Amino acid sequence: MNWKRSLSGIGVALPIIALLGYGLTLDPRSLPNALPGSPAPEFALAVMDVPSDTVRLRDHAGQVLVLNFWASWCLECRHEHRILSETAEAYAGKDVVFYGVLYNDSPDNARSWIQEMGGQSYSNLLDNGTRMAIDYGLTGVPETVIISPEGQVVHKQIGVVTEALLRTKLDSLLAVRTAPQ
Amino acid sequence: MPEAAGRLHFARELGLTRILGLAAITTAFGLSIYGLIAAVLGARLQRANLVRSARAAAYANAGLLAAANVAMIYALVTHDFSVGYVAQVGSRASPLWVTIVSLWSALEGSILFWGLVLSAYTAVATWLTRDRLGAMGTYATATMLAVSAFFYLLLVGPANPFGRVFPVPIDGPGPNPLLQNHILMAVHPPLLYLGYVGMTVPFAFAIGAMLAGRLDDVWIRETRRWTVTAWMFLSLAIMAGMWWSYEVLGWGGYWAWDPVENASFMPWLTATAFLHSVMVQERRGMLRMWNLTLITSTFLLTILGTFLTRSGVISSVHAFSEGPIGIYFLVFISIILLVSLVLLTGRSSELKSEARIDAPMSRETVFLLNNLVFTVFTFTVLLGTLFPLVAEAVRGVKVSVGAPFFNRMTVPLCAMLLFLVGVGPVLPWRAADMQQLKKKLVVPGAAFLIAAVLGFAAGARNAYALLAFGFAAFALVCNLEEYVIGVRARRRAHGESLLSATGRLFAANNRRYGGYLAHIGLIMVAVGITASSTFRHEREATLTPGETFQSGKYTIRFEELWARDEPQRFSVGAEVSVFIRDRQVGTLHPKLNYYRGRDEPVPTPAVRSRLDRDLYLNLLAFQRDGSNATFTILVEPMVFWIWAGGFVVALGALLGVLPMRRRATINPMRKPAAEPAGV
Amino acid sequence: MIALLLTLALALQQPNMDATLELRTREVAAQLRCPVCQGVSLEDSPSTLAQEMKSVVREQLRAGKSEEEVKQYFVQKYGEWILLEPEPTGFNLAVYVLPVVLLLGGGVTVFVLARKWSRQGAGAEPPPWYDDEYEEASP
Repeated sequence: MNWKRSLSGIGVALPIIALLGYGLTLDPRSLPNALPGSPAPEFALAVMDVPSDTVRLRDHAGQVLVLNFWASWCLECRHEHRILSETAEAYAGKDVVFYGVLYNDSPDNARSWIQEMGGQSYSNLLDNGTRMAIDYGLTGVPETVIISPEGQVVHKQIGVVTEALLRTKLDSLLAVRTAPQ
Repeated sequence: MPEAAGRLHFARELGLTRILGLAAITTAFGLSIYGLIAAVLGARLQRANLVRSARAAAYANAGLLAAANVAMIYALVTHDFSVGYVAQVGSRASPLWVTIVSLWSALEGSILFWGLVLSAYTAVATWLTRDRLGAMGTYATATMLAVSAFFYLLLVGPANPFGRVFPVPIDGPGPNPLLQNHILMAVHPPLLYLGYVGMTVPFAFAIGAMLAGRLDDVWIRETRRWTVTAWMFLSLAIMAGMWWSYEVLGWGGYWAWDPVENASFMPWLTATAFLHSVMVQERRGMLRMWNLTLITSTFLLTILGTFLTRSGVISSVHAFSEGPIGIYFLVFISIILLVSLVLLTGRSSELKSEARIDAPMSRETVFLLNNLVFTVFTFTVLLGTLFPLVAEAVRGVKVSVGAPFFNRMTVPLCAMLLFLVGVGPVLPWRAADMQQLKKKLVVPGAAFLIAAVLGFAAGARNAYALLAFGFAAFALVCNLEEYVIGVRARRRAHGESLLSATGRLFAANNRRYGGYLAHIGLIMVAVGITASSTFRHEREATLTPGETFQSGKYTIRFEELWARDEPQRFSVGAEVSVFIRDRQVGTLHPKLNYYRGRDEPVPTPAVRSRLDRDLYLNLLAFQRDGSNATFTILVEPMVFWIWAGGFVVALGALLGVLPMRRRATINPMRKPAAEPAGV
Repeated sequence: MIALLLTLALALQQPNMDATLELRTREVAAQLRCPVCQGVSLEDSPSTLAQEMKSVVREQLRAGKSEEEVKQYFVQKYGEWILLEPEPTGFNLAVYVLPVVLLLGGGVTVFVLARKWSRQGAGAEPPPWYDDEYEEASP
């Protein structure tokens, strides 16, 4: 039994163990988030309940834009509904605009859901064919995208948003705006 | 019988099932640790009574795990939701077979079942080799008990299925809906475990051999039947998994190179290489270290596979759950890896053998090439499976390594293997007579050309598909030639009838001809896979009731939509009539199943399987008022041959392990006869 | 064997009816990953998002974009992860090159070893306990 030689065996084993150990620290279900840091893609969507009205990204240049992708069949969207509505109201006069973007759902279902949840303080956009969602790299609902007044995507939340997160991001964006030139 | 029911109710109130189960696994854990220590000490100190008590521990564990499993099945069937695992996967709405099968449908139950299979293998292997193999056998028992101890530790710790649930829920969510859709779910996991866990036995004897210093062929001879049996079960399990994916997942495919599929495939690859290279060791005394490495890798890959799918390191369709169990597995893998590598490298100088072969053109060389290709194959699959992890560690970016990569890299290797499957049986051991070889290769060579031309004529343009068809025909003829030669020789020598000659041929050389049969099965699988992917014809159509659609020789007509409410799910299906040239040949019912609490429905495609091709219908979407429905219509040739081939492979393996009465026994004086010159 | 070939021939009487656009869409869709499934391509995934993404592929191809441009569009939106095969650049090359290196290196090793071992003279006789199994059927 050659003990010195067996050390080489240990040398082979260690990197493999290290790699697997590293793997344990990762979350395999986490999805990559490629959008933050790039300019927000242009869109033109009809408003639910006001079909003649179209909202474009450039209509809101100079304003902070919060886009929340949701659906009535999405269980987790229920958790963040109240947070989004209340935050939208709190920031109403400060050049912060909230929109809900309906994903893979019918307007009728959406209306019943909103009614069931006790109303919503911002309007919803209809994304037929999911083109806009794909343009925003959607991997499921809920997702929330925050766009700066200059049209850059500063944050994309995969999953529910918390009130703290929303407020922090919005406050920092507004602070930059009102900073002395 | 109200009295008996009352007693059962009382038992349940006390949680007796839980207590029994917990007691069984805890005792088993303790006994396995004891047995491990007793075996090692008994071997080192040459104390027979210690060794005997270690064996007794192994036997006892088999009984204990059986009891624990029976207790769990009882709890599942009686819907005892006070037991943690039952609350997790049980449901009053599930049919009985689903309830029983949910034993292995989630992490804790699957480890419990693993423990059962492992304890059974340990007990039987220990019993069959008791007192025959000295220290090697004892160390082997110790190794098996050590592995058992790990799994029992999981059962007692992070994967405890007998946890207590309070307050007791009235009902449970049922197992994953994907697992309830098809009867093959009942079959695939047990087969997989019988295969996976079976590899523990030859590994244990390899460790035993290295620890005891018995570095010759004894461990291989003793474990040959175990290895082939485990390999057979693993082959069947992979086949069943493929068949199940095909029938259930809805995209008409059977292999997606998902990490858990790779996890079952990699040990199969190394085990197949092992089955061949041990023949070189038996005949030549060579490749001893290599064989030890192969069987160790096979076992390690089974544990690695289990680790990958249960620890959340890689995301996969199959991933059970995450949690602390990953760390347990990592520590266990580290220990095995270190122990094996230390033993292998430490003993490497003693394992060096005088390597001699007669000539490069011989079966020995073919087996070397076989091992090379299988090694590269395993490496490629392992690298691809782990690469996302490596890339994230090195670059910090998430990348995907999916089917396109694996197909691109492994298809050439498969073509090489098909060639070797033909050439191996044709080349004799030791040295080939070049004239004889050329004669033997004429017909196979012609078969190669005919098959390739036929494939081209049928529309195949992919070079690898043509090569695959060609080599498959080549290999088929080569293997069949061996039967023909053997049967002819017997008939000439003994004047037997065709049937009797074939039977006796198998009986006298079951290992060899069983192996050739397994080759033929593999060729069938290869042809089925090549044909079904090359000539696959897929269309999507939205049809209104009464509307027809034509694909190849089939015409389908969408009749109507129906809905069915079952306790565990709500199904919407389409009735579709199938016609071949205006004659109705059947009706198919593809459906979508909506399970409670899940967003996306689970499809149940409808498949009409025939020898020459399958018609595969999947319901993609529908209008609630039944006004139209969208289907995938898929025609795939020769899918049946994949499943049939799998059975033939298993049959070949089975024939190879059957104990046959030897016609002649060992005669040390006899010079081994040279290979006959062909007929 | 003839039966197998005949069956094969019978099975293959289908003309290829796919339009080029459809074929190209399928090819690109087969290389893109469905974001809401586990490792399945857009082509194979029944989920709505995958179907919509496949439509995007079709539209862009029809509009004249090349296959590479379509793939890059999705990489921009979703990251490298959306490709089912890593781009063969930089570190990713390892996953393509290493198996080939192993095959070639192993091939050379087998070749060299086979010649070396066969030069060492006739091989050992099989040990006396060896089974008759590999002997021919004739006595």
